[in-house]
Amino acid sequence: MTTPPQPYNTSGEPRLKLLNITKRYPSVVANDGVSLTVQPGSIHAVLGENGAGKSTLMKIIYGSVQADAGEIMWNGRQVSIANPAAARALGIGMVFQHFSLFETLTVVENIALALGGDFDLAALAERVRSVSERYGLPLDPQRLVHSLSVGERQRVEIVRCLLQNPQLLILDEPTSVLTPQAVKKLFETLRQLASEGVSILYISHKLDEIRALCDHATVMRGGRVTGETDPRAETSASLARMMIGRELPVCHAPVYHGDSAPVLAITGLSLEAEDAFGTRLSDISLTVHRGEVVGIAGISGNGQAELLAALSGERTSHKQAVLIADTPVGHLDAGKRRDLGLVFVPEERLGRGAVPAMTLADNALLTAHREGLVSKGLRRFDAARDFARRCIERFDVRCGGEGAAARSLSGGNLQKFIVGREIMLSPKVMVVAQPTWGVDVGASAFLRQTLLDLSRSGVGVLVISEELEELFEICDRIAVLAGGRLSEAVPRHTTDAEAIGLKMAGLFGDGAHTPEVAHA
Amino acid sequence: MLEPRPNPSRKMRLASPLIAIALTLFVGSILFIALHKSPLEAFHVFFIEPLSTANGWSELAIKAGPLILIAQGLAIGFRARIFNIGAEGQLIMGAICGGGIAIWLDGVDSAWVLPLMVLAGAIGGGLWGALPAWLKTRFNAEETLTTLMLSYVASFLLSWLVSSPWRDPGGMNFPQSVMFGDAALFSMLFEGMRVNTSIFIVIAAVLLFWVFVTKSFLAYQLTVGGQAPQAARYAGFSSRRTVWVSLVVSGVTAGLAGVGEVAGPIGQLNLNISPGYGYAAIIVAWIGRLHPLGIVLSGLLMALIYLGGEAAQVTLQLPAAITGLFQGMLLFFLLGCDVFIDYRLRRRKRKPRPVPSSGPETISAPATIMVPEPVGLPEPTAAPLRTASIQGERA
Repeated sequence: MTTPPQPYNTSGEPRLKLLNITKRYPSVVANDGVSLTVQPGSIHAVLGENGAGKSTLMKIIYGSVQADAGEIMWNGRQVSIANPAAARALGIGMVFQHFSLFETLTVVENIALALGGDFDLAALAERVRSVSERYGLPLDPQRLVHSLSVGERQRVEIVRCLLQNPQLLILDEPTSVLTPQAVKKLFETLRQLASEGVSILYISHKLDEIRALCDHATVMRGGRVTGETDPRAETSASLARMMIGRELPVCHAPVYHGDSAPVLAITGLSLEAEDAFGTRLSDISLTVHRGEVVGIAGISGNGQAELLAALSGERTSHKQAVLIADTPVGHLDAGKRRDLGLVFVPEERLGRGAVPAMTLADNALLTAHREGLVSKGLRRFDAARDFARRCIERFDVRCGGEGAAARSLSGGNLQKFIVGREIMLSPKVMVVAQPTWGVDVGASAFLRQTLLDLSRSGVGVLVISEELEELFEICDRIAVLAGGRLSEAVPRHTTDAEAIGLKMAGLFGDGAHTPEVAHA
Repeated sequence: MLEPRPNPSRKMRLASPLIAIALTLFVGSILFIALHKSPLEAFHVFFIEPLSTANGWSELAIKAGPLILIAQGLAIGFRARIFNIGAEGQLIMGAICGGGIAIWLDGVDSAWVLPLMVLAGAIGGGLWGALPAWLKTRFNAEETLTTLMLSYVASFLLSWLVSSPWRDPGGMNFPQSVMFGDAALFSMLFEGMRVNTSIFIVIAAVLLFWVFVTKSFLAYQLTVGGQAPQAARYAGFSSRRTVWVSLVVSGVTAGLAGVGEVAGPIGQLNLNISPGYGYAAIIVAWIGRLHPLGIVLSGLLMALIYLGGEAAQVTLQLPAAITGLFQGMLLFFLLGCDVFIDYRLRRRKRKPRPVPSSGPETISAPATIMVPEPVGLPEPTAAPLRTASIQGERA
């Protein structure tokens, strides 16, 4: 705020230099002697699986976590960053993966809140407008946040950082919420910033993006730096090898020869939004057959949550709108649909797919009570422990055993446990939301292969995901959900990322529409 | 400012009632000193004297019984985050229904009178709990309000009954019913002491709730509903059932406690059938950590505070409010301790310190709520609902 704009440093020192940063948590060493150097104007990737220590490192730089040992040099001077406000005062900005905006306030009000202190809304709005135009991030300061698309919300976050004249901008998985077209625009903005001398720390696990955007990459594994490289000179396979220490696993999709009767049929499903900020589902139709994986692409917030709730039974609809193997279930609650052979893996693992404070054995009971874990109204503790143990073993869940609390597991391992638990219920149809979100490469490949194998055993699998690459890897057919409407599911081989990206922007159905990449 | 602790201590959570008791005693001492009473003498009167005779223990059991019984029921609801604070009204309704049977069958000398009263009391209390359950599931009415308001309704109903239709004709116009016959009373366990067979109902209830809480699938469902409502919906556990079970069960236990009072130490319906047991049981449930066995201990403690309060009035000439004061302090300190188990205090620094020219510089500024951190903000409502994985990804 009071820092004068000084994107250049004249001393020739690196913008940021970390020396032997170590951070220990009770159960794990998150950062073990990590050193990192970011030059002015560099777009520097930090690449690593979940649990590699990227997040902790970024939190240390942004001041929300203090390192146990090590030094931070900022423009050649040693600093200790006590909290995020101190980081911002130094000129460090961070765009989080999850936006923290108040939906009922306007863009400029949200930004004013973040800047703090005394402010003049009119003057600030003018600054927002000029900064957003300068960097190709068109934004109307007076619009209410709830009316913005996800991409526009990300612009608010970026502009909010830019207003503080950062010398270092940290972006955490920024493209997970963007269409392929919007990703290109974001990259242009970042390149422009870099050309003005702003350093960018770009955290991602998408290897292609890093190769396209970044000029330097620090690869982390298990809390240590395992490689420094120029990603432009690497292949995705070589980067992956540095990141996970072996070849990038590939999924195999055998041809399905069995009976392919429909197991899940959605017909003309329309559902009003539950609240002012929800999405209305209109006239959704889709059929999933035995033995196939059907994918639904699209950015979260386009009706994904509503569609999932309508499928799982957490929200009920018209009786005939949803059929499980010819039985109308639209009016049934989640428990009754599960009785008919539906299983569901939600995108929120903690708090929805699992109870955070409960043990894995107790969490097995959540949905597996149908598998003989309850007798005459009483819990069979041995059976639950046994079920959890089998699930841990079969699906390679790394944890402290069936007595470990769900929240003590990493995202990937908890996801393996939840997916495993649901598969062990011998489903007819499985609905999975964001199966590999926040999951490391190795676990992702395992989960994808698990879903493929499940489908080829005669189960219908419906995957809702924001990751296009993932959908193209495992799906037989792909549809797109945009603005509460679902496009027709087309065979994977007849489409590509570009075409899906256009559909994500809502361009399907009426052919007369002129393509325009609006606020994607 | 308070910031959440990464790993709240489990041991401290169990120790927190003990710390709360210690703090209550400490502040109690200050209070006694301010009243020019010796704290040691006061505590002797309060906590030791009541238990120095066999009769004292009998009185303790009489007071602890209803508290434990009600708290067992309330704890079921509290686990599911259903806050029934109207157990007092459910107790009164239980007493009215049980007492009504006694008045109706006055003079009948049958072994069936008392069981019928117990049944009627359970049904009365249960219905008084079912009413808010219906209001909540049908109209989404907040149960904290409806249960409390229905307590007043029950209280006025009792007052009308004992001053009009059920008034003892030979009672010199006092608002009270006839004294119940022997068939309508729990029999005494020991000569000359008031403790009676209703204590077996309490013991049975403790065992039953212990099995229910630790072993039953229904209790598991209620706990999931309380800890992670989304997970309960995801699993298909009915939230309506949670509401109904929580409120009806706590109504039934409170109703039973009501019968225990009117068919026990009181022996009739009058306006003073409960010294606030229904409210005190809320504290008992929390101090007992919502655990059936913990509640037994906390119920005994709370009963002792009642007894000690009475003794303090007689021996030390202290006002009756002393009992409520100690109850209040105990709950206040317990809740306070619980806050510090889940959160820790961090000092808020106002101004950045001057930057030294050499050595590590520490720049501090207030980390206010506006800091856009993913975990710091209350309910950032941006579109992707994926908070789970923030917690899920460990560093």
